[in-house]
Amino acid sequence: MTETLAFMQGNEVCVEAAMYAGLDFFAGYPITPSTEIAEHLARRLPTIGGKYIQMEDEIASVCAIIGASLTGHKVMTATSGPGFSLMQEGLGFAIMAEIPCVIVNVQRGGPSTGLPTGPGQGDVLQARWGTHGDHAIIALTASNHQDLFTMTVEAFNLAETYRTPVILLLDEVLGHMRERVVLPEKNAIPLVQRLRTSVKAGVDYRPYLPRDDGRLPMSDFGGEHRYNVTGLYHDMWGFPTTNPKIVHGLIRHLTDKIRNNVKEITRYKEYYLEDARTIFISYGSSARSALHVVNNRKARGERVGLLELQSLWPFPYSLVAEKCDHARLIVVVEMNMGQVLLQVKRAVSHPDRVMLANRLDGVFISPTDIQNILRLIQGKGV
Amino acid sequence: MAIKDYIRQRFFPHIWCPGCGHGIVLNSLLHALDQLAIPKNDIVMVSGIGCSSRITGYVDLHTLHTLHGRALAFAAGVKMSRPELHVIVPMGDGDALSIGGNHFIHAARRNMDITAIVMNNQIYGMTGGQFSPLSGCGSKATTAPFGNIDRAFDVAQLAMAAGAGFVARTTTYHVKQMTDLIIEAINHKGFSVVEILSQCPTYFGKHNNLGSAVDMMEYFKTSTVSAGSDEATDRPDLIRRGVFVNRHSPEYCSEYEKIIEKAKEGI
Repeated sequence: MTETLAFMQGNEVCVEAAMYAGLDFFAGYPITPSTEIAEHLARRLPTIGGKYIQMEDEIASVCAIIGASLTGHKVMTATSGPGFSLMQEGLGFAIMAEIPCVIVNVQRGGPSTGLPTGPGQGDVLQARWGTHGDHAIIALTASNHQDLFTMTVEAFNLAETYRTPVILLLDEVLGHMRERVVLPEKNAIPLVQRLRTSVKAGVDYRPYLPRDDGRLPMSDFGGEHRYNVTGLYHDMWGFPTTNPKIVHGLIRHLTDKIRNNVKEITRYKEYYLEDARTIFISYGSSARSALHVVNNRKARGERVGLLELQSLWPFPYSLVAEKCDHARLIVVVEMNMGQVLLQVKRAVSHPDRVMLANRLDGVFISPTDIQNILRLIQGKGV
Repeated sequence: MAIKDYIRQRFFPHIWCPGCGHGIVLNSLLHALDQLAIPKNDIVMVSGIGCSSRITGYVDLHTLHTLHGRALAFAAGVKMSRPELHVIVPMGDGDALSIGGNHFIHAARRNMDITAIVMNNQIYGMTGGQFSPLSGCGSKATTAPFGNIDRAFDVAQLAMAAGAGFVARTTTYHVKQMTDLIIEAINHKGFSVVEILSQCPTYFGKHNNLGSAVDMMEYFKTSTVSAGSDEATDRPDLIRRGVFVNRHSPEYCSEYEKIIEKAKEGI
């Protein structure tokens, strides 16, 4: 494969990147605005001998990919808010049983059926806390198709590295927009393959005993090691237990394996932050408009910058604090009522300097919207 | 291989109550596996949540103990991704037909080569005796103290109507028939369902004054009849046992192989 210049929809870029990463099993259920991911994969996967299955709902879709991941495949499902709500119990299972998988949520306006064809970013906290119980999660996002390609590949890499579900939080604008993208050559982006056990047949294999580096080598279902997988608290062989010591050890392991690697997991881009007094923080399609504003103002000599987050969970609190150290004003741009705003306020030393520039009406937040809100924040009126 | 080679002996004694029928199902299942002589590494057992679903913990196979009602959805992912594996899904009645009802009918419709074993004890046992969609009108449960007004499903008819290729029913009294039916179901290429009436003396039996486990099994003997027998014609009031349907329909994973061929040809 050589580098290819393409002009395509974000959902299609996601498909191309997933297959680049080694996806060969997809289960899903149609839902706007993610449907094109399923459509393209229904056509593309069988050409490489991969499998596409349309399940009866989103609950079944996430369960099916977990089953297929256990037999050794790279798996993904794609949905939007209402379907993401239904996937929460399966997501929790994948966290507990440590099953690598990628869940794409092309966000639309919520709550409930909401705005099926309008953009929103209201699922940021649901991605973090949607499934019950203490846990950790990885969620990535992107603001343009080139980054979307990279982040999709990264989602698969992180899922395999940390044996965890990874959520790819896109939005309607990104999913449906068409844009130029360079599809990279084979091997241009490193791929993480599943770590499989070297334990021989007949030797005691412990699927839930972490190595010294914290990783857990897997064994494919159908292979030579027969073990148990459960959503209950379990011992190192995967068998249910209520032993308080083991229960405590497992919940610490499940959260620490992510929390202790925030730096390694964090993905971001920065524009003109060195001398910026006003710092915009944004992500996903909103960051496109924020960047437009920053570029305009920078050209006029203003000390403005942009911190674009590409990983939302685990939230990079230290990074945000460090980057915003000298800021007089921090403006979080997002299409919700302040879900990342809350995290930024927690991160910085002067939370009173953090303001929100948002839009909630299913219309994409434009540079003009941000300019107008900024003028109001600065007391300059409309 | 000896029967004991199919179990994880260190987890015995099992968690089921004295008199529970599920241990009898486990016994018949193990004999079926022994007679089939399929290598253990080629079998994946997937279960959901409930008393019946704990069966996966006791068998020395690839075992996946999943979410309440969702076993068949997980199983679809396992089977579709590795069609050469045998996938067996033991389920309870509430697990399979209430919370898992949608997955059940769609698994039957798709006709993927999976064997579903519905251990029907007409009650939610793990949570302490609430009525299930198979308890039936007039039965009593902790959540139906004045008598149940919820009508029951007929698992076999539902599975047949939804498209399952093989559908059979037996009881824990009829252990040899149970083994034979499980063997036939696993050998069937397509979605197969074996409903097994199983006694829950602790809850269903107690709430409905059905006596001991032995009394309940005696009832399975006297209240059922072989499907297609002369006695069955004379006694329409009795519950049918045996194979209700055994038909060949295109199996999902095999059909998908044809899709792969078409896609590779660029059609």
